[in-house]
Amino acid sequence: MPEVAIVGAGPAGLSAASVLVEHDVKPVLIDEGKRPGGQAYRSPAPGLDLPIDALLGTESGKYRRLHARFAAIAERLDYRPETLAWNVQEGKVFTVSGPRIVTIGYDALILAPGAVDRLLPIKGWTLPGVYTLGGAQVFLKDQGCLVGRRIAFCGSSPLLYLAALQCRMMGAVVVAVLDTTSFSRKIGAVPMLLASPRTFARGLSYLAKLRRSGIPVRHGVRSLEVAGAKGVEGVIYRESSGEVRAVACDAVALGFGLRPEFQLAELAGCELRYDAIFRQWFPVCDLDGRSAKGLYAAGDGAAIGGADAAELSGQLAAYAVLEDRGLPVPQARLRGLRRGLGRLRRFQRGLASAFAWPHAWLADTPDDVIVCRCEGVTAGDVRRVAHAEFGGSEINRLKALSRLGMGRCQGRFCALSAAELSAAALGRPHADFGRLRGQAPVKPLPMAARLEP
Amino acid sequence: MAVAADDSSSRPASARLVRVARFNSPPVRLSVDGQSIEANAGESVLAAMLRARDEIGKAELGGQGRAGFCLMGACQDCWVWLRDGGRIRACTTAVAAGMEIVTGAPPGFPRNA
Amino acid sequence: MSILRTEVAIVGGGLMGCWTAYFLRRRGRSVAVAEKGLIGAQASGVNFGNLRIQARVVGELPLSIRAQEYWERFEEITGESCEFAPTGHLRIAFTPEEVATLEKYATEAEPYGLGLQLLDRMELRRRWPWLALAIGASFSPRDGAANPRGTATAVARAAQRNGARIMDQLKVTAIESVAGRFRLSTDRGVTIESDVLVNAAGAWANDVAEAFGESAPIFAAGPAQFVTEPVPHFIDPAVQAMDGSTIFRQVPRGNVVVAGYPRGPSDARSNRAPVAPLKTAAHMARLIEAVPALASCHVIRVWSGIEGYLPDMLPVLGASETRPGLFHAFGFCGHGFQLAPGVGLVLSELIVDGATPTPLRGFEISRFSGGRQTEAEQFRREFDAR
Repeated sequence: MPEVAIVGAGPAGLSAASVLVEHDVKPVLIDEGKRPGGQAYRSPAPGLDLPIDALLGTESGKYRRLHARFAAIAERLDYRPETLAWNVQEGKVFTVSGPRIVTIGYDALILAPGAVDRLLPIKGWTLPGVYTLGGAQVFLKDQGCLVGRRIAFCGSSPLLYLAALQCRMMGAVVVAVLDTTSFSRKIGAVPMLLASPRTFARGLSYLAKLRRSGIPVRHGVRSLEVAGAKGVEGVIYRESSGEVRAVACDAVALGFGLRPEFQLAELAGCELRYDAIFRQWFPVCDLDGRSAKGLYAAGDGAAIGGADAAELSGQLAAYAVLEDRGLPVPQARLRGLRRGLGRLRRFQRGLASAFAWPHAWLADTPDDVIVCRCEGVTAGDVRRVAHAEFGGSEINRLKALSRLGMGRCQGRFCALSAAELSAAALGRPHADFGRLRGQAPVKPLPMAARLEP
Repeated sequence: MAVAADDSSSRPASARLVRVARFNSPPVRLSVDGQSIEANAGESVLAAMLRARDEIGKAELGGQGRAGFCLMGACQDCWVWLRDGGRIRACTTAVAAGMEIVTGAPPGFPRNA
Repeated sequence: MSILRTEVAIVGGGLMGCWTAYFLRRRGRSVAVAEKGLIGAQASGVNFGNLRIQARVVGELPLSIRAQEYWERFEEITGESCEFAPTGHLRIAFTPEEVATLEKYATEAEPYGLGLQLLDRMELRRRWPWLALAIGASFSPRDGAANPRGTATAVARAAQRNGARIMDQLKVTAIESVAGRFRLSTDRGVTIESDVLVNAAGAWANDVAEAFGESAPIFAAGPAQFVTEPVPHFIDPAVQAMDGSTIFRQVPRGNVVVAGYPRGPSDARSNRAPVAPLKTAAHMARLIEAVPALASCHVIRVWSGIEGYLPDMLPVLGASETRPGLFHAFGFCGHGFQLAPGVGLVLSELIVDGATPTPLRGFEISRFSGGRQTEAEQFRREFDAR
């Protein structure tokens, strides 16, 4: 039986583990979190009395099933919680858990690390009280906390609506949902969105609920700014009509879609490709998740697809591992999984159009807006370096010369924006600017970590 | 469908976060800059800190306040020092009894060899 | 196809090439630099950043001392900052044998005026109480540190402002001798013709040297390096263990840059310089032994680079022995950053005056022509694979 390691215990990783266990493989399941579920199906901290079923609504059944499945197979896998995979090299995953560095060898590695929010720098986004959209949701599920009393949900993401409803259900005042994508653009995406009618209907129902509760929902919002002195005090924006409006709030949940965590895939030797619809980089892999020899990718870390797609792609990756080792796999089941995944991925491409990242804003981002939060690098700094003779002609060079992306988060929240900004400044295509080369460790590694003998 | 208890009456004016679901777990006492705060087992350090105050410290560059950002261990904004010189990431670390958090550099840093 | 005629052509747009271009313009010679990639993107841009004079073989000291002035005046010369910091350099010993070596070196280096201070354990404890392990040290007050990234581009811009032609993304594909002049063909239809050729092509220098029947047993390697998150500033000097097990400095921003031996192989053809993760782990452990105060901080990035090394750990610097008008400056074995302005100055003197006051004994490319390869004992200690 092959030695299989899985990074990530969200819906993709858990689904992969489940298939492998059914076929008598005992995978090592490496989870940075304390409990399985990833972000989408994050379970409340032990002891927290949170109405998770009410919060998850129609998705509550999937949540329960996934966690029940984990409980059922837990004994048959090697589950490593609170374990960070920080590098992959020469057929080994390098992990750290507390103070212990543990290397995990594998015949096959399934990378399912998920995604983080994609952000876009706006005036005031570094003020205390601005949080990522996904983060605001996860915090509610994990810790039972709202990020503020009066919250504005801003950006371009279908999650805006769901997150606003969830927070409202728990007592937040949702001062506004400010969607940067125009309504007409959303209408234009409907044909693609019909690829998954149930998901589409769910989304429409969120929108309807918000409307009914009297929450202002604005589409086509531009010139978004967060205002405040020492913390968030309000947001200012321009309506699609051109009118400038301000709304008071004490927290902003900001998000513009998702950004896959592809760094481990790159370190492991996977190629990456640029996707013009999502305007970002993904590991190269086939529909089953095969990426390179012994390397498989699944979930949002492979292709933005959402939780349902993650479950399907996790299963497909596990079957691919088995098939590539000459073990029998149920072909009819695979065909069904592929069909389902194809539909959901098409739906996501529709969402990427309906909730388009407003990259064009970056051409006009004021010079004094911070782009790299960790290093305090502003839009003006980026433009200066991009324009300089022998300067930042691609993103890695830009990083070397401006320090953008050299901080603790290693470019997660700034690199895409910086590439758009520089490309706009130089009049070049975004894809030409490239992506930050992955460097280990993918997250900060404690100096005191010691190799376990 | 339960609507969570509103604890705004006990929320300090300067607190950033609002707790809307209660912990049934044992209480845990910790301190931030010497000030005692009460939390529950399973609560994250970030949640505990920001229920009592509006910031977890200052940014190294520029001195602006920090209050976390991604809340899921990706942005690395919420690292804080402990009085004994340790460092923890507040959003992914659970509170522990007797934890002493300091929002600036720990006293006595750097310790002698 | 266009022909660019110049007095001096330089292959390689790292610090060696850019400083040479700068000094040649100061002497009024026309100069063109051809860099196959981006200016200063290789060893010049990813090295540790030490501006170290001490611990060099005494044969390098005149060159090194000449160079240091230009680092101290970098901002005045180029109009840009290289984040030069007069940190001083602390070379630490862990054994009585190492202490003896420090004392011997201090005596040898005395005539060169480094002003080395030999320190015992008590003095170390008094001045830098956070430092463990060391039982003795040599402190060189004139040494410093700088941020390597962006230094070559700053020098290139200064040279360009003075009239140098600096061309990046331009790979030299062939070099011929035509009627006593050099003719360089490139991959973008530009042909460069010059009277003088400088080979500053780093790890790729044999491509140039071999066109004229010379070569050096250069191989590509890189030091394992990492950097920490910013922590409050407390480490003033740049510190280097004599055994190479830990080398560190703290930048003004607070990050601690760390390196350690053994160096690993890097690939100049594919442009890859991987670092074995367990080597990083070993260096992390060693750093905490030396500086316990860093035990709770975090490593945020690991890297290495492509540096050109020679088995005797000395560079090739000086005139070609086979072709008049050809000059070599490569193979600085991971310690060329600080030397670079001195190298440029010396080459400009060789080219314009036919001579330089700086002794270059031991750096001749011909030392390899007999097929002898003297491997320094240092070499065996400092590398883990050929």
